[in-house]
Amino acid sequence: MATDPYAEPPVLPGTGDYAREAGIPPSEGAAIEGRSPWYLAYRRLRRNRIALAFGALFVVIVIFCLAAPLWSHLVAHTGPDDEHLTEQISINGQPTDVVNPTGIPIGPGLHSKFLLGADQSGRDVMVRLMYGGRTSLFIGVMAAIVTTVLAVILGLIAGFYRGWLDAVIARGLDVIWAFPVLLLGIALGTALSASGSGLKIGPISIPDDSLWIPILIIGFVYTPYMARPIRGEVLSLREKEFIEAAVAQGKGATRIMFTELLPNLWSTIIVFFTLNIANNMLLESALSFLGAGVRPPHSSWGSLISDGYDVIYSAPHLVIIPGIMIILTVLSLNVFGDGLRDALDPRAKVRLEAAALEESH
Amino acid sequence: MARFIARRLVGMVAVLFAISVIVFVIFNVIPGGDPAERIGGRNQTPALRAQITKDWGFDKSLPVQYVDMMKKIFTGSLISYQNQENVIDRIKQGVPITLSLAIGAAVIWMAFAMVFGYLSAVRAGAFTDRALTILSLVGISMPVFWLGAMLLYFFTFKWQIFPTGGYVGFTTDPVQWFTHLLLPWLTLAVLFIGFYSRVLRSNMLDVMNEDYVRTAKAKGLSERQVRVRHVLRNSMIPVITLFGLDFGAVIGGGAIITESIFSLNGVGQYTADSIVNVDLPPVMAVTLFGAFFIVFFNTLVDIAYAWLDPRIRLGTAAA
Repeated sequence: MATDPYAEPPVLPGTGDYAREAGIPPSEGAAIEGRSPWYLAYRRLRRNRIALAFGALFVVIVIFCLAAPLWSHLVAHTGPDDEHLTEQISINGQPTDVVNPTGIPIGPGLHSKFLLGADQSGRDVMVRLMYGGRTSLFIGVMAAIVTTVLAVILGLIAGFYRGWLDAVIARGLDVIWAFPVLLLGIALGTALSASGSGLKIGPISIPDDSLWIPILIIGFVYTPYMARPIRGEVLSLREKEFIEAAVAQGKGATRIMFTELLPNLWSTIIVFFTLNIANNMLLESALSFLGAGVRPPHSSWGSLISDGYDVIYSAPHLVIIPGIMIILTVLSLNVFGDGLRDALDPRAKVRLEAAALEESH
Repeated sequence: MARFIARRLVGMVAVLFAISVIVFVIFNVIPGGDPAERIGGRNQTPALRAQITKDWGFDKSLPVQYVDMMKKIFTGSLISYQNQENVIDRIKQGVPITLSLAIGAAVIWMAFAMVFGYLSAVRAGAFTDRALTILSLVGISMPVFWLGAMLLYFFTFKWQIFPTGGYVGFTTDPVQWFTHLLLPWLTLAVLFIGFYSRVLRSNMLDVMNEDYVRTAKAKGLSERQVRVRHVLRNSMIPVITLFGLDFGAVIGGGAIITESIFSLNGVGQYTADSIVNVDLPPVMAVTLFGAFFIVFFNTLVDIAYAWLDPRIRLGTAAA
């Protein structure tokens, strides 16, 4: 019989053998101590070495990007936008042009300045990579927060009130869901970043080169993928006795939503949030590559690849390096998120990424 | 059945209408600034802006503007102001190329996903499974444009195994058609291989616990027969639903990145070029047609399912 590698050691499903699951020897019998579901999840996660290793990798990447100013000031002595077109550095005692007369920049090498080489304008790739990563991570996390807040509010309202309110919200989500993610992102990105436009909703106006444009676009585009499952979960939780009890106690709708329903949604939210950051970063890179995402003066890993793509045949490192950073970051979040899901709900049948991962291409 | 189809078609029309309104809102309502300036492209003059304002009725009320825009798109009179080209004609030219790309990629991704998913499920927990799981996660985590750029760099420039981008018609030269499309197919397929093999694996593990699988074993079928004829076949049902959705999405605009990397002059590359030139009319048309196509395709898939499975057309799932 086949077994799942992430599955539990033999605890029969549905037997409620939580003591054994928590690693307490069965002989203790009556002295079994109560364990919170969070503690059990933590124990399961701790056993999943692969997920933990990738989670640690993500932390390392975040620290790497946060350390950008340190590297820039203490090691490379140059900023992300400083051009060194006409300068020379010494490699193996030989003075070498940062960008040689035919326009080819130096590649990666063991020199404190230009550790990962230079780009076609003579800018330090290492410094640009670290600063670009800050933008990519910032957009990924902020957009995930936007998605989560929107999805939780919409899911709670639709699932709690049901009726016509639910019908309206559910249909609205369906319509947005009908657009391919990339196409909707492109449409919004192009419309909002075309000359002199920017976003205008009532009194709020955001200039066309602000990072908040891609953040709001990505956050909005992924909302149905999270709101639909949350709504489903609220619909089923709503039938449970504890909600009936809360209603009988005279609790108001807002209070029931936030003190009774929301705490039961946390595990779903956490898993989605993690996987969502990964998807956001991929979408951001694709939009930036096409020119509908991050716009100058900002740069992200996606726009670094886009810039480097023009000279890929003479300086492939400009494309390869930021690409590897994107893969490592997204992969670490995907594997960790996977482990998190298995830990929080070991019998999860719904493959969450089925909804969240559609066409990020 | 007729009632089911009628209901489904009415629903489809409602969704199509909602989509067209959203596209209108995205391009004409949300952005700030002068809409004529936005549509006019890079080489605009005040005279052209005045012309656009008149053509598109930007001085009229929003509902009238909406009707004008839809009229333009559906009568095929939408013009890109960048190069005075008819947008709809240009999209029609690109469709065969986009179809060649999508169909080939779909064959590859389904074949690999079935093999990987099957192997992963029957060897669950073993080395093969772990290796394939990591591999598919890497595939899912890779930006498509980066993968395309890497394949292009190594296979067409560094080692010169394949011809550099471009498209050769199947009727012109089938061999060239194939070698020009192989790398784009792979680029487009990798994400789906990763994703589908994971879905198939978990479906198969679920199906293996079903009663009818135990029955099949009990009546003496060989392990292989049980796996292929009972487990794999039943696990494919949700995968095929997903396939319907994704294939629609790939044709309806999902191949933008792959086409622009490999200079395949299809609908996708046209869109990508239009984005670079901030040429809005083509982006508008592609967004609308892409979403329309997907909704239409999904309705077809739904009807096909209802025809195959009476529970769907009679049950509440039909709503």
